[in-house]
Formats: sequence, structure tokens, C-alpha cells
Amino acid sequence: MSDNKQNQEHTEQTENKKNVGRRDVIKSLATVPVLGAFAYGVYKKKQYDRLLSNSITDEVGMSYEEPAATPPSDLSGKPLRVGLIGYGIRGKMLAKALGFAHPTMVDEWKEGAMSNKDDKRYEEFLQQENLGIQITAVCDIFNTYEKMCAEAGANVNREGTGGTMGPMPKIFKNYKELCASPDIDAIVIAAPDHWHGPMTIEAAKNSKHVYCEKPMTWTVEETYEVRKAVKESGITFQLGHQGRQTDSYQKAKEAIEKGVLGPINLVEVTTNRNTPNGAWVYPIHKDANPGTIDWEQFIGPAPWHEFSLERFFRWRCWWDYSTGLSGDLLTHEYDAINQIMNVGIPDSAMSTGGVYFYKDGRTVPDVLHTVFEFPKQDLSLVYSATLSSQHQRGKVVMGHDAWMELGQTLTINADVESTKYADKIKKGIIDPELPIYSYIPGRKNADAVTSATEKYFAGRGLLYTYRGGKRVDTTHLHMKEWVDCIRDGREPSCNIDQGFEEAITAHMGTLSYKHNKKVFWDAENEKIIV
Amino acid sequence: MLNPNQKLSNAQLAALLILRVVIGWHFLYEGITKLLNPNWTSVGYLMDSKGFFSGFYHSLAASPKLLPVIDALNEWGLVLIGVALIMGLFTHWAIYGGMLLLAMYYFSHPPFIGLTYALPSEGSYLFIDKVVIEFFAMWVLSLFPTGKIIGFDRLLVKTK
Repeated sequence: MSDNKQNQEHTEQTENKKNVGRRDVIKSLATVPVLGAFAYGVYKKKQYDRLLSNSITDEVGMSYEEPAATPPSDLSGKPLRVGLIGYGIRGKMLAKALGFAHPTMVDEWKEGAMSNKDDKRYEEFLQQENLGIQITAVCDIFNTYEKMCAEAGANVNREGTGGTMGPMPKIFKNYKELCASPDIDAIVIAAPDHWHGPMTIEAAKNSKHVYCEKPMTWTVEETYEVRKAVKESGITFQLGHQGRQTDSYQKAKEAIEKGVLGPINLVEVTTNRNTPNGAWVYPIHKDANPGTIDWEQFIGPAPWHEFSLERFFRWRCWWDYSTGLSGDLLTHEYDAINQIMNVGIPDSAMSTGGVYFYKDGRTVPDVLHTVFEFPKQDLSLVYSATLSSQHQRGKVVMGHDAWMELGQTLTINADVESTKYADKIKKGIIDPELPIYSYIPGRKNADAVTSATEKYFAGRGLLYTYRGGKRVDTTHLHMKEWVDCIRDGREPSCNIDQGFEEAITAHMGTLSYKHNKKVFWDAENEKIIV
Repeated sequence: MLNPNQKLSNAQLAALLILRVVIGWHFLYEGITKLLNPNWTSVGYLMDSKGFFSGFYHSLAASPKLLPVIDALNEWGLVLIGVALIMGLFTHWAIYGGMLLLAMYYFSHPPFIGLTYALPSEGSYLFIDKVVIEFFAMWVLSLFPTGKIIGFDRLLVKTK
């Protein structure tokens, strides 16, 4: 029977090609219904996805737009004249964020781009917005950095070695002289922690606007003095927590304000590093010696110690100049939470830890845990840090109805035992295993149902890095905000009040560690009680 | 190529036809989901590339000019190949185009020893993965022009 059919088929295939019969038409169109079935399938799938997405969107009530881009800086007036204090690791980054890099740094980025197409540092630096700034003064107590800082300030065309330089900024041997100079309007402070307070106070006394690296102060007493000096002078003050510009934090704030997470009783923030650099064992410059470093000025308000290259370059390892993990890294984490939850100063702090891995003579701990209590908000904030493991634990805000994980991306998952989402979880609309909201910076819009593939790639920093060719450094945005606020007379996001809360909170953690007991904040009298 | 004197049994023809249609369906749906997702881009996939040719794929991802072209070629390539395979129209071209795309996917994420990828795989593969299997299945299809028996290619041949 089948042989007959095959013969027939064969005859059809070999018969006169021009003779198109009914049978040919049917056989030509035989698979078209498959397309119909396909279209129906896609329609049903889309309908299901939309229902799911809409149900979650309605329930969560979050906006899906990116935060609006900041408008370009107003360059119509005179350039803002800036003085830079400190050109160490962070000082170089701040100068670059303002648009000024040392020519050798530009050379290095150019070479990097030539040998590696993925190296976008040069391209990004060239594309970085011009903030209308002129570096008129510099100060660094290490001769090599002092010279480099001045050359960076003169590199107005963002060129490499041999490029056309602008006028050289004036070099000051002492920060007080720089602060008093009539040729500057604003000062960027990137000195060690023990100098943040005195330098800010001196700048404020001279009516110079201040961008100061975190933490705001080294001692508790200075914290009140800095606040007083800044408020009385009316200068524009910005503390260097560039996390204020991270758009996923702004989305996190919205989620918390809208009650997406339900009651929140625990927030966990962490630091995990595992390199000598991450533990502040920074390289010692070959040109550094007592003849090239103004050691007395380095010591300043700190207890006297004989000249030490370790102490000069790795000052973060000693309480004599540093605020340890609390000031360097807890402050970033705390400021992120203060930014999104307005927690303010905690009622109490309790710290434990020790020098467990880096037994190199340092006095600050390399493992530290601090628990802050905010009883009025029914909230505990736990900070846990180690400098000898890179296991990433992230920032997690735990609510009764949902938990949120924060970083460059933001994801919110419903809690399996949530009251608010119980009905939708039961109906299968919400799956606690999958995010009910995820935000990926640079994506056109956030979505309730993000594909698994996108999440995997985004989580590993593989998405949207190069789209449109622009990735903006948050430090640049933070400094831009400061510059724009100086011009418009607005308050920057990490102003003196936020700075005061940051510094007091960090000091409470440090004092608790040093005294090995719980410390309290007397809000009425604004005093830390040890 | 199918020798005109060779005969395919009904079962053979049915099996080949189903293979062609299901591969077409797979291509079409992969293309349609990408077209319907305004956020879709091949960047993450390209950046995740490892192995001998990863430099090539990374350079595609890093080029703001080439990337939209790659994205569009991929999306529309998948859709057109899918439709062509289901309909049996220009079947040969669709098969060769499909094999080219599959080869590109394979060499961007080769399942070689020592290479791991951001996106976890749903199975276990060594040298041979489902992309390779689909590639060879399409090679088989290219040797049996079923479009000329069941499909629009039949009309094209007849009206030439």
C-alpha cells in the first residue's frame, strides 16, 4: 500500500514541473497551520506574562522608570576655583572626577585602551562632563604628590605626556595658607582622617566651600565643631559618600517608602575584602623619605611618633590617624541605609572584633561587628566586616513581607511567610523564589518579570556596561552635585546634618570597640555616653 | 542532495518534516521573544563568551556601532529562518543561515574543559551540546530537501 503511495509521490515529483495541481497547492501549504498554532501559543504566553506582570506591578506599586538624569552643569559664569588638599590614592580619584588627571595617568589609560579593547578608562574620562572648574591651588606634604597634583591641575585639556598644559596651580606648603588664599572658592579634602575636621573648620572659617572625604571627623569633639563651623559660615558642604548617587539606592528608598517590604526589623550590611590593598597595606613610594615628607605636618593633631613610612602610607592601620573599619567602610554602609531609610543616629552601639589576620603592628581591628539599635523604629542594624575573606554578603534589608538585596542592582523578593503577599503567593502569582521587583541600572526600564538570563548577566556586571558608550562614575556625580549646589545655593544630598549623623554613628561603633562595652546616644543633650 | 530516483517512505518523510518544523519553531520563538522584549540585547551573552574566539565576541559587544546591527541580525535572522523552515520556503537558504547562527553560538560558548559560564546550563555537556546537535540535525535536513515535497519550495520548483 505504501509502495503505491511512494510511486505516486515519485511520479508527482518528476512529472512536468509547470503542471501545478490542487495536490501541489495543498502540499505546499501543508505546514502553514503550524504558524497559526505558533501565533496562538505566543499570544497566550504573552497574555499570561502580562497578567502576571500586571498583578505584581499593581501589588508592588513601584515605578519602573530610571531616576531622571541630572542636567548639565551651568558653565555660563566664571569657572569655580578649586584647591586640592591631598593627592594620595583617593585624592587622585577625586581630581579625576573633577576632570583633572596627571598626564602619566592619561598615558596609562591610553595604553590600556590600545592593548585591551574592553579598557574604557580613557574613553570614559574624555566623555566625563566638564564641570567648569579651574584648579588654582594644591597642597600635599609629600613632594612627589605635591608636584603631581599641580601637574594634574594644569592638565586642562585632559592630555597625556607632552600635551598642552594650562596654567600651573599655586603650590601651598601648608593647608592653612591654602585655605586663606583669595584665589580659591572651594576646597577638596582628601587628607588622612585625623585632618578632616581641622581642615574643614579652617576652610569654613575662610568661607571656602568644602568637599570632604569620609568619615567627616576623627574625634567626637571635632564633630560638633565642624557642624558649628559649617553652619555658621553658610558654606556648601558635601561629605564624600558617593553612594548617594547610586540610582538603585534611590529605587530602594522608594520601595521602603511605599511599604513594599512591610515592617522592617533587621538590616544587615557587610564588608568583605581579602587583599593587602583592601586591608590598607598600601605600597610605599620609592621617593618617600624624611627629606621629601613634611612629617610634622602629617602628625598634626595626632600623638607624636617618629618618622615612619608605614605610618605615612598605611595610616589607616593606626587609631593615631585613622577611624579603622568604622570610619572607612562602615560609614559607606551606614550612609546607604541612612539615605534609604532615614534612620538617623542609633540609640546604642555594641562592637566586637579584633586584629585576627594582619598582625603587622596595626591597632585597628581587621574583623569587626557592630550592632546599632534604633528602638523607636523597631530596628537593628548589623554591620559585619572582615579583611580576610572575599565571600560577598551584600546589603540586605529584611522586612516581614519581603526582603531586598542592594548593590549596583536591586532585587526584592517576597517572603514565603509574608502576610501582605500571602494571597498572591497561594494563587501562584508571586513566587518567593523569584524577584517581584528588580532594578538594573542603565536598563531602559525596570520590570517585574525580568528574564533569568538578564539577571544572571547583570549580577555579574556583564549587562549594559557599554551601551550608549557611557558609564558614569558615581564619585563624579557626587562632586558634580556639590559644584552645582555651590552655583545654585542648594543643599547637597550628603550635607553637614547627614555628615554629623554619619560621624557620630561611626564614633559610637569605635568607642564601643575600644571600651569593650555598649555605648549610648543621649539625643536630648547630643552626647555619646560610654 | 536527494537523488530523484531515491524514494522516501512516508515515515521517513514525516520524520524529516517534523524535524524541520520543530527546529523552525525553536528558531522562530527564540527570535520572537527577543523582538518582543524592548530591553533585549546580546551584550551580556557576547561578554560572557569564553574560549578561542572570545576576543571577537567581546569586541562585538564593545562596539556601540556594531552592537545594534548584531542584535537586529540575530533577532530577524532567527525569525526569518524559523518561518522559512516551518513553511518550507527557501529551505536550503534557511538551513545554511541557521547552521551559520548555530556555529556562531557554539563558538561563543564552547563547552570545553575548563570553561564555565555566567548562565548555568540545564544539562551536562562536554564538547557536544544541544547547539551542536541542532547544527547536525540541520545538516541532515539540508541533504533531504523536504521543502520541495511538503512546503512552498514545491510551488517554486513547479512554477520555475
